Amino acid sequence: MDDNPVARSDHSPGPQETGGPPPAHGVFHIKDCALIAVATGKHASSLRELRDVLQVVEADSIYYHFWGGRLRARFDEPEFQNEFAAWVNRGLHDGPAAERLGVIDPTACETLEDLRTELIDVLEERLEESESLSWARSPFPMNLLRSQIVVFDTHRRVADPRDLAQAVEQMSAGSIFYHLIDARRRTANGVDDLRNWLAGFGDTYQDLSQAIADIDPFFSTLTEVRLELTEVLADHFARGQA
Amino acid sequence: MSELLSRYADVTGEDVIDHLVQLAQPLRGRRVVHVNSTRVGGGVAEILHKLVPLMNELGLDVSWEVIAGEETFYRCTKGLHNALQGNPVVIDEVLARAYDETNARSADQLRNTLQDADIVIVHDPQPAALVRHFPHRSGRWVWRCHIDVSRPYRPVWKFLRPIVTRYDASIFSLANFTRPLPHPQYLISPSIDPLSDKNKALAPERLEAIRREYGFDPERPLILQVSRFDRFKDPIGVIAAYRLATKFIPSLQLVLAGGSADDDPEGEIVLREVRRAAGDDPDIHVLLLPPDAHETINALQRIADIILQKSLREGFGLTVTEGLWKGKPVIGGNTGGIGLQVINHHTGFLVDTPEGAALRIRYLLNDRVKLTEMGHKAREFVRENFLLTRHLREYLTLMLAMLHGADGRIELG
Repeated sequence: MDDNPVARSDHSPGPQETGGPPPAHGVFHIKDCALIAVATGKHASSLRELRDVLQVVEADSIYYHFWGGRLRARFDEPEFQNEFAAWVNRGLHDGPAAERLGVIDPTACETLEDLRTELIDVLEERLEESESLSWARSPFPMNLLRSQIVVFDTHRRVADPRDLAQAVEQMSAGSIFYHLIDARRRTANGVDDLRNWLAGFGDTYQDLSQAIADIDPFFSTLTEVRLELTEVLADHFARGQA
Repeated sequence: MSELLSRYADVTGEDVIDHLVQLAQPLRGRRVVHVNSTRVGGGVAEILHKLVPLMNELGLDVSWEVIAGEETFYRCTKGLHNALQGNPVVIDEVLARAYDETNARSADQLRNTLQDADIVIVHDPQPAALVRHFPHRSGRWVWRCHIDVSRPYRPVWKFLRPIVTRYDASIFSLANFTRPLPHPQYLISPSIDPLSDKNKALAPERLEAIRREYGFDPERPLILQVSRFDRFKDPIGVIAAYRLATKFIPSLQLVLAGGSADDDPEGEIVLREVRRAAGDDPDIHVLLLPPDAHETINALQRIADIILQKSLREGFGLTVTEGLWKGKPVIGGNTGGIGLQVINHHTGFLVDTPEGAALRIRYLLNDRVKLTEMGHKAREFVRENFLLTRHLREYLTLMLAMLHGADGRIELG
């Protein structure tokens, strides 16, 4: 570890070090997470059933179908950013509904309950457009799942942004998910952990933050996101910028 | 990193193994016991032979116990197995008693091991009733069901349900395979071991030897289906697809490779039908392979240009995963777990008819760039989703979840 700027601390973090990004100008704590899927026993075969089941399903299930898919076995191309849209497209062949569901920005909703309301609104609007849409059924029901996510500290720390590229390159897919995707829902400002940390350095890393913001993590695998982020960081510092 | 973990890191990347090491840290020293009813043969034993040493390597204290019974016990559990998948099988009093007695006796034998274990994972219905004999167990018990119980034969499910409801949780391979139960039902899909004989890398000389042994022409395209000779695998449909495709690609070769049908009367009938359908076409190779021909199957999958799995009904379909891992597009029947692995236009094609399969065979063989690109995507798809390391990660996550409560988010120190 001597030559590795991504230090691993042996001690357990104190209470001020846990729960999200560190304070301004502090040390960046690399966390990691793993997810396991749990069946809810609820499923839908039509647009109407999907609307009805969304009224009662656990909020964890909405999280799972928006974000969880990134951290578990992926069975689909990320043409749509959430699995409700993907199922409506693939299972019901309802392009308009899929597009409207697919464009929902989950980070624009403050809570999962707000997101639930948004989903139900889109479905109700679509159902009102044609009576027949209520009865169209998919041969492949959508099974609603929820997840349990385990977050743990890797005890790796980054003190200097110039060491971020190497740190990101060594991150697991779980860490990428936690800091780039989960953070957008977890943090008060809906921004990923890296940009929140860089903001602590004032305007010094504004360009870099913008370049990170330009990475859309929802259309690539976590491995691809890691590669893209590593390249952005390496390019930035190779150009001799702060 | 130990030698075993290093070997997996060579395939998955070090970050994946490092992630497992970190995830296992809070579980170090925890006593975990797997229980099933056979140490050899079958998918469960195969996976436990790999998972148990890996879990121990990560610092958990894991053991694997096997229960054994008399002939009536196995008749009962075979019946349970078939009935849970929907076949109307009667479990009479004699069989039910054998089941109860074997589980009671095994519980006595395993009492010291199971009573204080932190996590006990009981695989399939055979040892499920052990749970009844540990009313004061100290750990968390999980029933791992490897079969599809979504449409069971009702009387048998009525027999088994009161037993499995005693568990703290259950695990199923797919959401479609579950039954309503009053405890969390975790989902962990199967996986393949990239280091096993069936999946390890093979030298070009080995592939050449197999080509020579079976008389394949390396200059001509070859398509392959590996499966038991079973109507649900639709080998006759595969031959029909081949014949349709040969009208446009006369040089095509077809290999149908399956296990021995000695203990399966219907298998023999299907094999005869397949041979009859193949007729005297020298380019259709029907291979009856012994159960341990893993390396041969590995080689066949690597030699083939396209893998078919044109099943009419399927469980998860690990032969599809194996084919994808060899970097080959798979043309699969639109059923069961195949649809979760074969992503149209990305890792292969889903089809419903021999005509559909023929069309996709022609499409891929006429566009070699596309074929190679899809094969590459297929291998990466398996690397990310269906290797043993993902399976292990999900087991570790489940154990942490079970030991730290039922919340959606568990923050460890």
